[in-house]
Amino acid sequence: MSVSEIFETMDYGQAPETAAEALAWIVDQGGRFGHFIDGAFTIPGDSFESKNPATGEVLATLTQATQTDVDSAVKAARRAQGKWEKLGGHGRARYLYALARLLQKHSRLFAVLETLDNGKPIREARDIDVPLAQRHFYYHAGMAQLMESELPDAQALGVCGQIIPWNFPLLMLAWKFAPALAMGNTVVLKPAEYTSLTALLFADICRQAGLPKGVVNIVTGDGAVGEMIVAADVDKVAFTGSTAVGRRIREATAGTGKALSLELGGKSPYIVFDDADLDSAVEGLVDAIWFNQGQVCCAGSRLLVHEPVADMFYAKLRARMGKLRMGNPLDKSIDIGALVDPVQLAAVSEMVARNTAGEVFVAETAVPEIGCYYPPTLITGLNPADTLMQEEIFGPVLVSTTFRTPAEAVQLANNTRYGLAATVWSENINLALDIAPKLAAGIVWVNGTNLMDAAAGFGGVRESGFGREGGWEGLSGYTKPKGAVKKLATIEAFTGDGTPGDGIDRTSKLYIGGKQARPDSGYSAPVWGKSGALLGHVSLANRKDLRNAVEAAQAAKGWSKTTGHLRAQILYYIAENLDARRDEFAARLDAMQGGRSGAKEVEASVRRLFTYAAWADKYDGQVHGVPIRGVALAMKEPVGVIGALCPAEAPLLGLISCMAPAIAMGNRVILAASEPFPLSAGDFIQVLETSDVPAGVVNILTGAHADLAAPMAGHMDVDAVWSFSAKEFSKTVEKSASSNLKRTWVNHGHARDWMGAVGEGKAFLEASTEVKNIWVPYGE
Amino acid sequence: MASPLTHPNTTATTTHHNHLPQVTEPRNPGMPLDLNWVLSVQANTSAIERRAASLPARRSVKKAHQAAWLLRAVTCIDLTTLSGDDTDRRVARLCAKARQPVSADLLGKLGMGPITTGAVCVYHEMIPAARAALKGTNIPIAAVSTGFPAGLSPLELRIKEIEMSVAAGASEIDIVISRRHVLSGNWQALYDEMQAFRAACGEAHVKAILATGELGSLRNVARASVVCMMAGADFIKTSTGKESVNATLPVSLVMIRAIRDYYDRTGMRVGYKPAGGISKAKDAITYLALMKEELGDRWLKPDLFRFGASSLLNDIERQLEHHVTGHYSAGYRHATS
Repeated sequence: MSVSEIFETMDYGQAPETAAEALAWIVDQGGRFGHFIDGAFTIPGDSFESKNPATGEVLATLTQATQTDVDSAVKAARRAQGKWEKLGGHGRARYLYALARLLQKHSRLFAVLETLDNGKPIREARDIDVPLAQRHFYYHAGMAQLMESELPDAQALGVCGQIIPWNFPLLMLAWKFAPALAMGNTVVLKPAEYTSLTALLFADICRQAGLPKGVVNIVTGDGAVGEMIVAADVDKVAFTGSTAVGRRIREATAGTGKALSLELGGKSPYIVFDDADLDSAVEGLVDAIWFNQGQVCCAGSRLLVHEPVADMFYAKLRARMGKLRMGNPLDKSIDIGALVDPVQLAAVSEMVARNTAGEVFVAETAVPEIGCYYPPTLITGLNPADTLMQEEIFGPVLVSTTFRTPAEAVQLANNTRYGLAATVWSENINLALDIAPKLAAGIVWVNGTNLMDAAAGFGGVRESGFGREGGWEGLSGYTKPKGAVKKLATIEAFTGDGTPGDGIDRTSKLYIGGKQARPDSGYSAPVWGKSGALLGHVSLANRKDLRNAVEAAQAAKGWSKTTGHLRAQILYYIAENLDARRDEFAARLDAMQGGRSGAKEVEASVRRLFTYAAWADKYDGQVHGVPIRGVALAMKEPVGVIGALCPAEAPLLGLISCMAPAIAMGNRVILAASEPFPLSAGDFIQVLETSDVPAGVVNILTGAHADLAAPMAGHMDVDAVWSFSAKEFSKTVEKSASSNLKRTWVNHGHARDWMGAVGEGKAFLEASTEVKNIWVPYGE
Repeated sequence: MASPLTHPNTTATTTHHNHLPQVTEPRNPGMPLDLNWVLSVQANTSAIERRAASLPARRSVKKAHQAAWLLRAVTCIDLTTLSGDDTDRRVARLCAKARQPVSADLLGKLGMGPITTGAVCVYHEMIPAARAALKGTNIPIAAVSTGFPAGLSPLELRIKEIEMSVAAGASEIDIVISRRHVLSGNWQALYDEMQAFRAACGEAHVKAILATGELGSLRNVARASVVCMMAGADFIKTSTGKESVNATLPVSLVMIRAIRDYYDRTGMRVGYKPAGGISKAKDAITYLALMKEELGDRWLKPDLFRFGASSLLNDIERQLEHHVTGHYSAGYRHATS
């Protein structure tokens, strides 16, 4: 077109970024890639092709890793780990800083290669993915530097197996590598088979940085390689990807003692109130659902609009959609690139095609004939019952419904199995900051969306997984407490054949919803003292009692909204009432366990209650230093309903050590009392009854943990399960927890000194809270 | 919600002088002040800043397209001199540049016919000089008015000034609003004032200068924009060029979104003029892209879009020469205004 013609049409034309340097890099590497193991690339083996989804052209051939490859990568990482950790925080900080600098120096090469491999617009790769990846290395260089002073009790986990998805190949690598390396771990990473090239380029810069060999290892291949990594001799598995695969990894690692973090799918709500800046909220949706073609786990994919402005908002949104430009991802004026692969294109197309509900609006944007393109789509008039309101589409398809009141907005927003992110648009600070804590999500953005930074944790609740990446809260996923591990001793109940000393029958009941309840089973069992005397009977709870306890705990939601001050008062009151009956409790402990340690245990129990009463209003959140004008509030919220299999040993102190931190942080608990020594729990019910503990906040079950562990961990309305019971229940709990991917905390058969420092403190508080990052940009 | 007002005097403007900018569009007749609408307007500053920051990175215009876009920008410039030391000769020089903003040689190499700037913009006293210098062209004369730039002279004088400028031959009047009406939330007073200015303009088009740098918040900018359009402004304009903060992308985004809302509700297209601080060719492209994205191609023509600028033109000429020769150009190679 001539200048004078364009003068009339005012078209954009094309502004393609050159691919020459990126393609030249591939050619320089021979166009065929092996794995990066122990500081060197292996000779390419059985291969598969990596294609450009925008054109279908083959970019390179990659190697499918074998078991031998994975084993040698893990071995290399294992060999390198000790030295890497001993290098110290500053030594590691220097390398992380070098990696950040190298990412920056080669930023355009990374961006172009990412776009070629993934299909995302060059603007996004250039302005978002690569800068954020750099930022993660800079930020965690600082964390390495500060580790010794700020985390004196933490040490590296060891070797981390990391499996990342294809939507943000380099960025996810950075999120996985930076904290792991900073804390002294070594890594074996598998990039997604569609998008391995920037990981291989990263391997190249690891060499340039002189990173010690074996610290970073990268193996390529499909899900089978992922399974090998999960099964390998690693200390931790970190996975980002689909909920279905996450669930399989949860099951596969159950009982192995491997740490696990999962960052999974989402169907994040995007809530627009009638007082919002509607134009800005529309623009926010461009960043929410049309960012990276909607292939974003935290995409604001479920639009909820306040009824008074719904029609106007939809009209504005449709008009905005018409302005989105789809096409060659290397074109600098393109908003929507290609989906990652024909398989993904087919999946998105089929999901939308199957839908018959609502009103479908497809943006009138030209769809290129070649390549994996799917046009921006809006489906309004849907209801929660419609599949597309519940299932993650992972494409540029936005679904929507309306709401009448703030309460209904929250109800609709939380009507999902997921809980990754949420967005709230309102000019009313009261409304926005009231809604944000009520949303089931790990991240809430107020008047913005998809704001991310290394300084703020990223991660979700419910089936969106567990663990955080970024911020101080992300470091616990790559560290463990220092100190030697001791094996948990097996404790059997005593047996005997005596009768009640005083002739009165004593059967302790269950405690459910503030009432003493007989067990559903109608069974009870005798409890014998060490001497063989009959101390009483204990109710045998079954899965129905567990169910009832969960119902009661769920009904006690109000507890989570109480103030820390009030919860502290109640904990002090429990302590006071326990202390008043100290001799009786001590005698019972001695009678059950033998010996004379009862008085000490009661004393420690009272102290522990005081400790968590103290913490109830002091376990503060943080304001993260994110690079925006605004705040990212890392709020510590109760997990919800926590089930705990209490330790066999320390029958009173163990029970209180589980209960007190949980309720101090606002959780409701279901405690399965010490199996061999259950009577102190029964006695403790009376203390609770006199201490103003609201009904349902604490529920106590007795009986066989074997009957309770699986139903508790499998119950979909329980948010977390802890096991300090016998070793075998660690596996049961972790495996059953895959039902709704609840977070778990289990002992893997390691002993805990309940009388000592590890019997209380931050670890319990961390397990009792979720960090929700609420981003509030501001400015007038 | 406001309903479009059917104004008895609404007629398509067919100007006597066949002035280039005023071609087909019916003039905005205004509508009754709708305070519900005005007060429901919101502007979230940080979100607007994010959009403004990402826009230049989202749209890139290169090569022949860039040249064409820059030429279009030239036709949208209100070539301006608003100095205390303006003289007839100074204005004549400005007008000569308005008639031939890009050298014929360069235009020829670009395959373009003759173009002019969108208008010249001067103080009232300079209208006769401009008129003389623009004789035989249809380049409109825009006069700043109403006690520009502060707008604090007596209302009667401000209205009289408009009438005198129109009588002297200005076909566009750039009025300044009373910022105090916005800052005190007196939307009725702002509306009445704007309506009076519009009435005084008669056939001349009226551009309402909001002096956004003095309005305190983007929300105020948005609300003032809506009120001025309700009162019949043909254009809304950011700044006098005399405030410490002039045209910015966030302010522009707010104002053109207000224009879009007004169009959606009334069917009337109101024009937009960012003024002050736009001096680079790249900025001009960004502004055009902003208009194209937020309002559409119809707003890329001089009857609905103007730059209030003086030094912008020279930078555009340098970029155009670069496009033609492949060499970066120097300012002295292009005729000064």
